Amino acid sequence: MAEAVLEVRDLHAFYGESHVLHGMNFSVPKGEVVTLLGRNGVGKTTTMRAIMGILGRCVGSIRHRGEELIGLASEKIARQGIAYCPEERGIFASLSVKENLLLPPVIRDGGLTLDEVYELFPILRERGASQGTKLSGGEQQMLAIARILRTGAHLLLLDEPTEGLAPVIIQQIGATIRRLRERGFTVLLVEQNFHFAATVADRHYVVEHGQVVDMIPNGEIAANEDKLKTYLGV
Amino acid sequence: MFTLLGISSQALFGQLLIGLINGAFYAILSLGLALIFGLLNIINFTHGAQYMMGAFVAWLLLSYAGLGYWAALLIAPIVVGVTGIVVERLFLRRLYQLDHLYGLLLTFGLALILEGVFRQMFGVSGLPYQIPAELSDGYNLGFMFLPKYRAWIILISLVVCIATWLLIEKTKLGSYLRAATENPALVRAFGINVPLMITLTYGFGVALAAFAGVLAAPIYQVSPIMGSNLIIVVFAVVVIGGMGSILGSVVTGFALGLIEGLTKVFYPEASSTAIFIIMAIVLLIKPAGLFGRRA
Repeated sequence: MAEAVLEVRDLHAFYGESHVLHGMNFSVPKGEVVTLLGRNGVGKTTTMRAIMGILGRCVGSIRHRGEELIGLASEKIARQGIAYCPEERGIFASLSVKENLLLPPVIRDGGLTLDEVYELFPILRERGASQGTKLSGGEQQMLAIARILRTGAHLLLLDEPTEGLAPVIIQQIGATIRRLRERGFTVLLVEQNFHFAATVADRHYVVEHGQVVDMIPNGEIAANEDKLKTYLGV
Repeated sequence: MFTLLGISSQALFGQLLIGLINGAFYAILSLGLALIFGLLNIINFTHGAQYMMGAFVAWLLLSYAGLGYWAALLIAPIVVGVTGIVVERLFLRRLYQLDHLYGLLLTFGLALILEGVFRQMFGVSGLPYQIPAELSDGYNLGFMFLPKYRAWIILISLVVCIATWLLIEKTKLGSYLRAATENPALVRAFGINVPLMITLTYGFGVALAAFAGVLAAPIYQVSPIMGSNLIIVVFAVVVIGGMGSILGSVVTGFALGLIEGLTKVFYPEASSTAIFIIMAIVLLIKPAGLFGRRA
């Protein structure tokens, strides 16, 4: 296993009184695409939010390249080179498509240029002047991914990028994730759809009740299909 | 010269001019309120007191430092803006997680304290402030006399409103501001220092109020209660325009000033209530305000 970019150890998280994560443990090796697989409400999104520092209270350890993230302000975490694409996509209604695309500041070299982004998602060039939320669901998802590729962040957190989208768009997003991997990005992906996850990822962590209960390398996913189906309830 | 429904053109245009001047103040003040409400979710009841402080800083600069109107127009917004930044850092910052009511109570209490302090120090009778020599003259337009200073107020307030609107709608900084108004947590997660932006936005909104205060100093008396007289109407303007809408507050500010002026000509008895009647009608028909987005 390559050097870990992200190490999560015994992570507990709370929303007010309710205890949501019960000791998450996983690591994301450099250059890999790693998924958190699990049903609704098991704590996958909460884990993402904890990493980005937008959660109330967390205990445990989240280390990025050896540095502790818990307790850091959200903007400081982003400045370390971590970019977040939330499940609800977070496209801004009061910004045009282009303004949405250019919103996240470039924090270091090595990100995609605007032309490269447009090459991946030509529709964003065509629709640049439209209001961000006037795009279709699939286009909004592309915009949400596209805007974090320019910043030079090397670790991308993608929260269910395929949710509710048509198969042809899912394929396009899958192809994009594979290209990002080739370019050396590290990706932490939250998914419920393991068929999709198997086409892009190197390893899968299965999450249940706020804990990682299993790790399956992508090569062994076929052999573990029955077990996975039980975990995911499909 | 002509008359309309028994009203001379002098009186009509004179009142329209006063309406436009009032509208200019409504516009600048409600613009600041809209900016602050949009990003901070705080209804800044201190706004009137901060407008009053702008006028007083101008008066103090002249009386004690010999610095005249033009210097005051620059210095007073900065000085009062900095006091706003202190208030945001010390007090407002603690309230963002709480109900609107807490911000309202805090800023209202602060307004009362500030007005009380100024009343204690300067009395309520009002202090005179001279119109700058360059603007003390006027133009005879034939149908009416236009004092230069009044023309200046309308011109500069339009410039300030349009410049602020361009800053918010057309610049990178403005896109950060609009985005943070919608979803501050996500904007922070992109690496943008939203808490700093909030502080500066409050400072800017307060500076706008102080700027209006300096503009007002030569035509109204500089008095501790000048802000509380105005601020209630300004809140009505904000409600009519739509909470948090920048364009809405500017357009509504000028329009309501004019309507108020016209009411004074044709039905003076209703002039002080016209705006509130309009507010009630707008709230019945479009609860989010004329330019407001539905929440």
